[in-house]
Amino acid sequence: MTWDQMQELMWPATWETLGMVGIAGLASLAIGLPVGLLLVLTDKDGLLQNLAVSRVLGAVVNLGRSIPFVILMVALLPVTRAVAGTTLGWQAASVPLAIGAIPFYARLVETSVREVDGGLVEALKSMGASTGTIVRKTLLPEALPSLVASATTTVIALIGYSAMAGTVGGGGLGNLAITYGYLRFETAFMWVIVAELVVIVTAIQLLGDFAARRLSHRGDYRSPLSFFRSAAAKPKDTEEDLLSSH
Amino acid sequence: MITTKGLTKVYRSQDREVRALDDVDLHVRQGEVFGVVGTSGAGKSTLIRCVNLLERPTSGTVTVDGVDLTALSGSEQRAGRDLRAARQRIGMVFQHFNLLSSRTVQQNVELPLEITGLDRRERRRRAAELLDLVGLGDKARSYPAQLSGGQKQRVGIARALAGDPKVLLSDEATSALDPETTRSILKLLRELNQQLGLTILLITHEMDVIKSVCDSAALMRGGRVVESGQLTDLLADGHSRIARDLFPLGDLGARTATPEEGERTVLEITFQGDAPAQPFVSQLARTYQIDINILGAAVETIAGRLVGRMRVELPGSHTDNVVPIGYLRQQGLQVDVLDPSNGAAA
Repeated sequence: MTWDQMQELMWPATWETLGMVGIAGLASLAIGLPVGLLLVLTDKDGLLQNLAVSRVLGAVVNLGRSIPFVILMVALLPVTRAVAGTTLGWQAASVPLAIGAIPFYARLVETSVREVDGGLVEALKSMGASTGTIVRKTLLPEALPSLVASATTTVIALIGYSAMAGTVGGGGLGNLAITYGYLRFETAFMWVIVAELVVIVTAIQLLGDFAARRLSHRGDYRSPLSFFRSAAAKPKDTEEDLLSSH
Repeated sequence: MITTKGLTKVYRSQDREVRALDDVDLHVRQGEVFGVVGTSGAGKSTLIRCVNLLERPTSGTVTVDGVDLTALSGSEQRAGRDLRAARQRIGMVFQHFNLLSSRTVQQNVELPLEITGLDRRERRRRAAELLDLVGLGDKARSYPAQLSGGQKQRVGIARALAGDPKVLLSDEATSALDPETTRSILKLLRELNQQLGLTILLITHEMDVIKSVCDSAALMRGGRVVESGQLTDLLADGHSRIARDLFPLGDLGARTATPEEGERTVLEITFQGDAPAQPFVSQLARTYQIDINILGAAVETIAGRLVGRMRVELPGSHTDNVVPIGYLRQQGLQVDVLDPSNGAAA
């Protein structure tokens, strides 16, 4: 297989992968964020304490989290057909991807929001803020760097899932690696695709880290990849440095 | 300005019941700095959080500026509209500052004004004004992570004042700060109290805080207020535990007299205001021809007044010294005769 032949197959598949990851990512952001927030708010001693809602929501999220994605994909075929009109192609694959990623992101959102210092909520209450104001002006802005980092993790997990979707007619890079690399013994092509996935995942991680760092004014945000950069990184500013430079 | 009546807070967990506040009556007058002091677990934190209903008391009432807050609707987690409006007129500062790390100093100060719905330009103006007031005009664009502890607390104070409150609640505001920074923050609170006529209710575990800024104080133990009043009155009361803690003379006078010395009488003399100007010790010695042994003494400025306490030893029993003691009392001094066996006021 020549490089030209590989390229001809790779680029459309890349777009398919990015397409389904993008759609599923947006959907999990749009639904996972409010669900995660509700998990915190309705919990015991939460601002909107409602144990019935909290338990039902928690159970649904756990259910979604515990079904292996391959099985979820097959189990959801009727849903996929109803939503996308077909069970083949990357558009169809977006449906189980989104449904699999929503509870994943919701749990991460829950953790991020719980990490916001309870003292801040108390401070807002003491100012006479309503629950909506507390969510808008404290919980979400303070959790933002962590929410962005969680979104990065979710998108990268989605890329992994999307390869699985590829094996059952979902298209994308996963499909290509299996049909050519594995079934046709084009081992070189498979490694090229693996290399491309590594590049995509690394790029998304770096982008996500960069965004999270820019959004964090706390001065203590450490990205999971900082380990690789620590040799090149400049020494962390001490408090004195920051004080004198401002 | 702040009145609590029969305030009781009981925490229940399964089979245990903890009475964090037990029938607390407190009265904070307008324009004064009132300190509640006690060890941790005495209930002072619960008390201050009950004042703006961050915690709902199990029973009793809280009245702030004429409004009975306990009558306003809302649960501990969600306050009703009227309670939220009332809270906007009560500022609060916290031990750990509780500033939003995602906002600049200026945006932190603007936060309460956003809640009250002030327009952007007014918010900016007011925030700048407040930051100047607390001496941080040049830090408006910094983030809290770039400030020192003392600076963070100044931002916390500016933020608490943004809504132009009549009452400021201070929850251990200086407990996370070093002694020097503590002094500067207390000085700021005192200035705000005097310049703005702000009524301040603070809780602390440090007697020094009471000593340096408070007009009145209450001592809490096991959820109860065991003593409260104006510092000048408490100091004039020989039995006041607060006064004793403000002025620890230690066990200096508790020594037992040797048999050769015969019987001794130990007095504790407290003087306020102008009294120390008189050389009463030497006058006493000259008038009655007695040898006075000074065991210990301390002079402090409390609530803006000079206050001193001295422990002296006179030869002879209490009955032998009735006349000199009478003389000292005539000079406007407060004299307590200590029981020599335990050093406590008899």
